[in-house]
Amino acid sequence: MEEANMEHDAHHDLHMTPEEEYSSSKLGMWLFLGTEIMLFGGLFAAYAIFRAKYPELFLESHQELNREMGAVNTGILIFSSLTMAIGVTAIQRGKQMLAGIMILVTIICGLGFGVVKYFEYGSKFSHHIYPDTNIFFSLYFMMTGLHMLHVFVGLIVLGVIMVMTFQKKFDEKYSTPVEMGGLYWHLVDLVWIYLFPLLYLVG
Amino acid sequence: MSENTNGHEKHITSYTTYFLVWVALMILTFITVYISYFDFGQLNIAVAMFVASIKAGAVALFFMHLKFEDPITWLYALFPIGLLFLLIGMTILDTFTRIFPI
Repeated sequence: MEEANMEHDAHHDLHMTPEEEYSSSKLGMWLFLGTEIMLFGGLFAAYAIFRAKYPELFLESHQELNREMGAVNTGILIFSSLTMAIGVTAIQRGKQMLAGIMILVTIICGLGFGVVKYFEYGSKFSHHIYPDTNIFFSLYFMMTGLHMLHVFVGLIVLGVIMVMTFQKKFDEKYSTPVEMGGLYWHLVDLVWIYLFPLLYLVG
Repeated sequence: MSENTNGHEKHITSYTTYFLVWVALMILTFITVYISYFDFGQLNIAVAMFVASIKAGAVALFFMHLKFEDPITWLYALFPIGLLFLLIGMTILDTFTRIFPI
């Protein structure tokens, strides 16, 4: 370890160089994302089994879902992934203001996603469709609910990161938290990319 | 620009690349929604999952920077997908090969 090359930034008082911290954080984050895939994987396995067992039930039930709302939410989430990615590049280039604004837009999109989901759940409940209606809706509420929970967690994480970005805690030398928050947000988008066709489009 | 511990320059993706990936994702989304109005029978789910996988690949490669990552990160990213296939595959095998179904 070349101590002489280590920079001791005011905001970075760790026993690692920013590069070392970035590398290990990145691996840790990908490992965590792997466990997240396995968490949703259990539900995807359940979906595969029950869909194969009760194809008519899945076909009938999925027609209750609002395809347009699902498509709008897909658009919102994909756009929020774009703004998050732009935010990461912005902070890597040292553009703190742009990065902060892009994370803010991402958060607004995440909230928009939640609002659409709220109306969707509301319309299901008003049609007396609940998680115990049948196996399809059990899976629907469980999968989208768990996903929604991840959106909320992502919003909290991004909220903290946004405040820190506006406080100029990150720059081109040290942007690890922004990048890790971005990876998490993209995973949330990635899960939805599969949920949308499985639940809304093919019954 | 600073170096990683493994000696690679940290890759910074351009705004243009992100924008093009986003356009591709939107087009693919429109395609999935559009073809969902047609009935290909059993092919429905295969087509939908195929398009979803292309989208997921684009998100992972570009938005999540996997394209520019080192082999160890690739291993961390691909390993759970292998486990996922094992989980789903084994569960299906088990459920549909039981002589006395539960």
